[in-house]
Amino acid sequence: MTDTHGHRPAAGAQPAAGARMPSARAEQPGAEPAPAGSAAAEPEAAARGASGGAEPLLDIVGLGLELPGAARPLLADVSLRVRPGEVVGLVGESGSGKSTTAKAALALFPDGARPTGEVRVAGTDVLALRGEALRAHRARTVAMVHQDPRAALNPVRRVGDFLTERLALAGFAGNRAAVRGRAVELLAEVGLPDPARRLRQRPHELSGGMLQRVVIAGALAVGPRLLLADEATSALDVTTQAEILDLLRTVRREHGTGLLFITHDLQLAAAYCDRVLVMYAGRLVEHRPAEALFTDPRHPYTRGLLECSPTLDEAAAGVRPIPGRPPSLADAFPGCPFTARCPGAEPECERWQPRPVPLPGDGMAACRRLAEYEPDGAESGGADAGTDARGAAAGAEGVERAGADPSPGPVAVSAPARRDAAPGPVSGTTEGGAG
Amino acid sequence: MTAHGPVAGPEAAGGAPPVLTVDALSKTYPLPGGGRLTAADAIGFTVPRGGSLGIVGESGSGKTTVARMLVGLVRPDAGTVTVDGRARPARPARGRAARLARAREIQMVFQDPYVSLDPRLTGRQCLLTALRLHGASGAAAEEKAERLLGQVGLGSREGAARPHALSGGQRQRLAIARALAVEPRVLVLDEAVAALDVSIQAQILQLLGEVRRETGVALVFVSHDLAVVRHITEATLVMRRGTVVEQGPTRSVLAAPVTPYTRALLAAVPRPGWDPAAALRAAAPDTP
Repeated sequence: MTDTHGHRPAAGAQPAAGARMPSARAEQPGAEPAPAGSAAAEPEAAARGASGGAEPLLDIVGLGLELPGAARPLLADVSLRVRPGEVVGLVGESGSGKSTTAKAALALFPDGARPTGEVRVAGTDVLALRGEALRAHRARTVAMVHQDPRAALNPVRRVGDFLTERLALAGFAGNRAAVRGRAVELLAEVGLPDPARRLRQRPHELSGGMLQRVVIAGALAVGPRLLLADEATSALDVTTQAEILDLLRTVRREHGTGLLFITHDLQLAAAYCDRVLVMYAGRLVEHRPAEALFTDPRHPYTRGLLECSPTLDEAAAGVRPIPGRPPSLADAFPGCPFTARCPGAEPECERWQPRPVPLPGDGMAACRRLAEYEPDGAESGGADAGTDARGAAAGAEGVERAGADPSPGPVAVSAPARRDAAPGPVSGTTEGGAG
Repeated sequence: MTAHGPVAGPEAAGGAPPVLTVDALSKTYPLPGGGRLTAADAIGFTVPRGGSLGIVGESGSGKTTVARMLVGLVRPDAGTVTVDGRARPARPARGRAARLARAREIQMVFQDPYVSLDPRLTGRQCLLTALRLHGASGAAAEEKAERLLGQVGLGSREGAARPHALSGGQRQRLAIARALAVEPRVLVLDEAVAALDVSIQAQILQLLGEVRRETGVALVFVSHDLAVVRHITEATLVMRRGTVVEQGPTRSVLAAPVTPYTRALLAAVPRPGWDPAAALRAAAPDTP
């Protein structure tokens, strides 16, 4: 068995299915959804990878989330957007806040948490939704697919019952035959063979991959604009994973659905998504077009993730672990949260408040020493100085740092420190045998 | 029995006797509607002393059944498991001495250390229990427990903590230390890094490499993850539906797979420029 879902309780498998949703906000019945957001001037556009075009389906701006009793915010200054037909990856280790960020699209927050910032789905201010409007939003506009399809389906109900319930939720009108016909269509659409027979089956009769298709069919039943896939393929075999990923791509193409793809697997995210955001300790540390992450990761954490991921690439060096452990909610950080594990950390990093530094081209990275890590670091921040004060600040800081440290460039700065931190790659298995 | 053995490491060809020899191991389970499911069909391989063998395959391929038969958690229908030239009896060992001797041959590390560790024992107590069971006592046992904790990178704070207070990676380190406590010849790891964060997974892989170099223990590494297997093993066995479809040195199995099934598995691993649809088309000829 390859299931890894034992440690991840999938609470509220389909959030729209009527489970009690913890929310910090008291529900006020009758409140109207806020009017669609006007396209205000967006100074952070560069940081969020705005490239013009259609109105974003999901637009999160400066989202923060405080939880009483936690030493640090669950989320701090998270901004991301997903456009129609776009696949955006959200990557990070356990506790990095990637699922919490995704659930913000449903206005689902942990009990007692106080969100700040802005979350808009298709122009609607989600944080202002109350009562029936919020329920309708959760039921129809956004659908979420979780890691463990067995936890998403009632084991004593038939697959057909699940789809019928989802269709009723979506306000599908028609008699039983029509509902049944639509359910068969949905199952056929997600590529399940013999869909009419599946309607009468119960979850235990289907494999994990088939069940995930059923859950995706249930998500499509409500015609969502935005699909949140939270480790949706992590418990599946690689071949089944490829099938589900292919299916999600088809869904995106045919329905114009936006897809927020959450995974701990950076290799997968960079191979599958259009853009990838990397999270650490509740903050975005890097945001890049997917291919750029493979070829030119800029934040030390992103580089660390790539270096510690085993690959099939013959040319790749051995896996180099990131020292230490992912931070918990009990860890507070006065400055950059990655300092303790970072091979290039300096004392100043412990006091440096992380902020997104725009990168030439597209994307951003939140690293104090970013300017040193590129060949022409002194100019990169300065190029945006006219429009982005933070970019200018980062550029100036970069110049100052580069002056202080005569060894700029990613290899010179980070590689020796990395070797100190993690002696010896693991791949040297050929000489590992004691004979 | 050598006819089944892949060349696991350079020593195997040189004539050094393998530490683990598995021959024609078979297991079937009855199916509800009659008939039998073949979970393992005449599986055979050898692992040289200090070598590392990967068993890969999808869910239901029988790789976990094989791992459990090695350890003795599943009784095989047929076939033998030989460690250091001594055949392991298929029946449970009778008597304390026989059980302990059996435990010193092969130890196992499971996927979920939270389930496999006793929640009531601290890390140090967990190790001491295993050590005392195997005859160590007093200061010698205490000293060895400390050495084991250090070997797997756990400090005194972690040694005094119970499993619920440890992170997933720390628990897996403790599970490895407990398995090493009896100085086994073979360590069987069943998806031992699958549930860990990637940075922690890399730490555990590195630890396993160190443990091999220091103790000369042989590894049987069961995993669905071909990339992980590439980094930790010298020989690989690819299983599908209870049978071995391909086996050989890891490098050649992964670089030049012979069977369509192995090729399909490899094509499904995400990489730069990867397209799931193309991977599925490549897999089409011979996959379910």
